[in-house]
Formats: sequence, structure tokens, C-alpha cells
Amino acid sequence: MSQALLTLEGVHTHIGQYHILQGVDLVVPRGELTVLLGRNGAGKTTTLRTIMGLWPPSKGTITFDGQPIGGQATPDIARLGIGYVPESMGVFADLTVAENMRLAARLGPPDATRLDWIFGLFPALKRFWQLPAGLLSGGQKQMLSIARAIVEPKSLILIDEPTKGIAPAIIEGMITAFKELKRDKTTILLVEQNFRFAASLGDSVAVMDDGRIVHRGTMQALASDSALQSRLLGLSLAAHQ
Amino acid sequence: MATTTARPAPDELPKAPRDLLPVFIPPILALAALPLVGSPTTWVTLTVAALAMGMMIFVIASGLTLIFGLMDVLNFGHGAFIAVGAYIAMTVLGPLSGWVQSDALTLNLAALFLAVIAAMVGTGVLGLAFERIIVQPVYGQHLKQILITMGGLIVAEQLIHVVWGGDQKPMPLPNGLRGAITVGDFALEKFRLLAVAVGLTVFIIMQLVLNRTKVGLLIRAGVENREMVEALGYRIRQLFVGVFIAGSALAGLGGTMWALYRETLTAAIGGDIMVLVFIVIIIGGLGSVGGCFLGAILVALMANYTGYLAPKIAVASNILLMVAILMWRPQGLYPVARR
Ligand SMILES: Nc1ncnc2c1ncn2[C@@H]1O[C@H](COP(=O)(O)OP(=O)(O)O)[C@@H](O)[C@H]1O
Ligand SMILES: [Mg+2]
Repeated sequence: MSQALLTLEGVHTHIGQYHILQGVDLVVPRGELTVLLGRNGAGKTTTLRTIMGLWPPSKGTITFDGQPIGGQATPDIARLGIGYVPESMGVFADLTVAENMRLAARLGPPDATRLDWIFGLFPALKRFWQLPAGLLSGGQKQMLSIARAIVEPKSLILIDEPTKGIAPAIIEGMITAFKELKRDKTTILLVEQNFRFAASLGDSVAVMDDGRIVHRGTMQALASDSALQSRLLGLSLAAHQ
Repeated sequence: MATTTARPAPDELPKAPRDLLPVFIPPILALAALPLVGSPTTWVTLTVAALAMGMMIFVIASGLTLIFGLMDVLNFGHGAFIAVGAYIAMTVLGPLSGWVQSDALTLNLAALFLAVIAAMVGTGVLGLAFERIIVQPVYGQHLKQILITMGGLIVAEQLIHVVWGGDQKPMPLPNGLRGAITVGDFALEKFRLLAVAVGLTVFIIMQLVLNRTKVGLLIRAGVENREMVEALGYRIRQLFVGVFIAGSALAGLGGTMWALYRETLTAAIGGDIMVLVFIVIIIGGLGSVGGCFLGAILVALMANYTGYLAPKIAVASNILLMVAILMWRPQGLYPVARR
């Protein structure tokens, strides 16, 4: 396994009085796609938000590209080259698709070839370019949210359940997008409940439960071991197959 | 928007529904008042007065609605900038009394221009200090924001007493802006026309900034979803400080105009109009400049018609107006902020 781009060691996060993350140890290898699995409420979203600095970790260290980022402000973390596709998608409904993309391209106007690549992956974005993003369907908003995260080259992209409630045709576009990003050596941390989608993309996998990582390994090993799958993922896996 | 990519064919685009319903409310209200007022000349006078007042309220409220929308900050100290701006302008107009009383309109306007610039710079700087010292320690804590910004307002009023004295001051309205121009049967007061022009100019500039510039897009995006703007790598606190300064400067401009309109000035001038400003912001929808513009016109129309027809219920009528609009649209005319 190659060297780690992102490491969480003993990370605890409190939201108000609630102790949500209870010592998360997670390694995201450089240039790979790591899938974070786990049942609803396990703490996956909180983990991503903690990495982004949207919740401050109360204990533990988060290391990105060799430097500690725990406790830094969200914009400073984002500027290190981390893209974020939140569970709620975070699309600016009042702004057009074009304006959403313009803001996502922080360093200058969106690069034309990169935009063409994005339009190839998600044609609807080109079609609705001048439309307020609030009028897009759920799947189109998800495309926009992913497109925003990749409009500039990033070292790491955090993606939270992109397939939730999304039509299969759009999921195909996502699979292509993530595969091409992987080919570009972009590191991805993907939270996913859809195991087949996750298994088709993942290099390594971590499974969370009750605010802790309970399993770490290669996706290949997990995908070929149905006993391990049912022990770790239980009913949530059966529900998806 | 200027981008390097090809435009999609227009026939493929679904139409963006424009929500124009709220735009019709002010004209409907104005027309409904006509038979009640009776005399058309009185009605025109009241309506023009209302438009002028509405534009002054808008200038004051527009910055505050963005301050609310962007950072969830409840700033009850905004009235301080109204008063301080007006006092600074008065101070500048004093030594320029030659220009103020001159018959040459250019000299009148030059004096006014200098006074307004001084008022806006002064309140902008004060806004920066206010944000840093008073608002920043209480981000995200509404109760403390209300208490400390109200405290700031009281301190500011007391400081005005110290610097300028506690008595009522005359606010010198330049000569050329006195009186009215007559159009047919109707007399239109010059200062009211100027106030309408200034308000419209501020509105247009704000629309251009909010819709055509990256800073404007960031403000609109931040009003909607602050966290996501930060996750894209933008430091929204810096943006907010800028908005706070601009909003304070606009309050200084509005305060100067309000004092000129009344031709007198006391330290409490901000408090008098702030009730209407808050009603306007709530009616318009927190963070919406367009809603604020319509809300200001509505509130001013209501205040002027009821002030003439039934002065005793003038303030109550605007609270009723607010309740009626919130029953129709609980988030205001144009809701933006998700909070
Ligand atoms: N804002 C919040 N306030 C309080 N509790 C929260 C908040 N967000 C999440 N939680 C709790 O934290 C736990 C983990 O949530 P989350 O990270 O969203 O899980 P997942 O993404 O794995 O479904 C859940 O028990 C959830 O109820
Ligand atoms: Mg989640």
C-alpha cells in the first residue's frame, strides 16, 4: 500500500454535549479510492465534517500531506486542495449552475477543457447552465455538487453518499467520473451505503460503527468474503442487493 | 455570465419561474388608498412622500439584511450608525453654510456630497470597530448579540451627547433642495425626488454587485449556505467584515438623508426609524435585498396613508401589514437564508 495522504489518529468529536466520534483511526492512501462504510448514524458524515473543520475535533490528530490540520478553519483546510461533496449537496439554489461553478473555481475562471470534461460526464449541467440550481432535480444537484468539487484539480475529495436517492443512469456518470479521477491520481474518500457501487470503485475500505472504525482492509478482500460482509455490514448490505 | 463554454440551445432550457407576485403588492396598496384619501393631489403628495421615505428606509435596511443573512448576526446597534452619520454630515455642512445657502444648485450639491462622503467614511470606520470589538466575540450567540449591540447603541448615543451635546440640532437642508417643482396640478418636493433617486441608485448598484461580481456571488451564496462557501475555500469572515462596513456606511448615508428630510437632529434619530427598518427586513425575507426594497416601499406607503387617514394607528398598521405578509409567506416576501 502506498503512503498515506490523510491520517486520523484517535479523533474524537463532540457535537454540543454529544460524544459522536470516539477515537477514529483512519488512513487514506495517496492516489486511491477509500470507501467508508457503516450503518446510519455510525458517524461517517461527522468524520468528513471533522476532516473539513466544520466540527472541531475535541481530541486526536488529523494529518494531511504530512501536516496537522486538526482545529484549522474550514477555508484554510479547503485551500490545501481538499474538495467536499456534502451529504446535503450544499448547492446554492439561488445561484445559477454557472455561478455555482464560478464560485467553485476559486483560483480563476473555470478551465475550458476541464469544463468540457465535466460536461461529458454530466451533460445535464451544460443543458441547465444558466438555470438557478434550485430548479435542478436531486440527481442533477448531486452532479453539480460533484462538478464543483472537481472543477479545479484537487489532492483529496471527500464525498458523502452521492448515490442516495439517485437514479441509476446518473450513478453510471458518477462511476465514470470517479474512475477518471482515480486515473488522474486524485485521492478520494467516499462514504457510501450502496455496497455494489462501493465495491466497483474502492481500493481500500474502512467500516465504522458507533463512532469508531471497526474494520480496515482492501476492498477486494471484503468483496470476496461474504461472511465478513454480513458480519460487518449486516442487514444494510442485504437491503442493497 | 461570461464563460468560455458554448451556450446550450435555448429551446432545451426550462423557463426559470420568476416570482413576481410580491412586486404587485405596493401598486395595489397605493391604488386601494386612492379612494380612501379622496383628493388625487393629496394622494400624489402622500405617495411621493412615501416613496422618498421608503428609499431612505431601504438604504438603511439593505446593509442590515445582508448582515443578518450572512452571519446570523442580530445587530440592534445599526441605529447608532444612522445617528452618527447624520451628526457627521451636520458637522461638515456647518462650515459650508455659504454653499448650503447659495442659490447655485451645484454648490448645494457639492456641500451635500462632501457631507455624505464624510458621513459614510465615518460610519464605515465605526462599523469596522463595532464589528471587531462588539460583534465578533458573540458570533452565533443571539441573546448576547441582542444585549451587547443594544448596549453599543446606548453607548453610541451617550457619546453623541458628549461630542455634539444633547439638545435638538437643526439640520441645514441646502437651499436648492427646498420647495417643490410642479407638474400639472401636482407639487413634487425636490428633496423627496432626490431621495428617490439616491435610493434607486443604491438599489441598482447593489443589484449589479450582487449579480455581476464574484464578491456579490459570494455574499448571495453565503446568505444561503455559509458552511459551503467556507468549504470551497473562501474566508467568509473577511467577507462579512466588508459587508458590515458597507452596511454601516449605508446607514450613515440613510441617516444623513433622514435628518435632512426632517431638518432636525437628535441622538435618538436612529431609534425612531429602526422599528420600521426591522419590520422591512422581516417582511422582505432575511438576506434579500430585493425583498428589502419592496418591503421598504410597502411600509412607507402604509405609514404615510395611515398617517394621513388615521394617525393613531400608523405604527400598528405596519405591524398588521407584517403579520399579514408573514401569514402569506412565513419567511418573508423573498426568503433566502435557510436558517
Ligand atoms: N448536529 C447534530 N447534533 C447532534 N447529534 C448529531 C448531529 N449530527 C449528527 N449527530 C449524531 O451523530 C451520530 C452520527 O451521525 P452521522 O455522522 O450523521 O452518521 P452517518 O453519516 O454515519 O449516518 C448520530 O447518532 C447522529 O444522531
Ligand atoms: Mg451521513
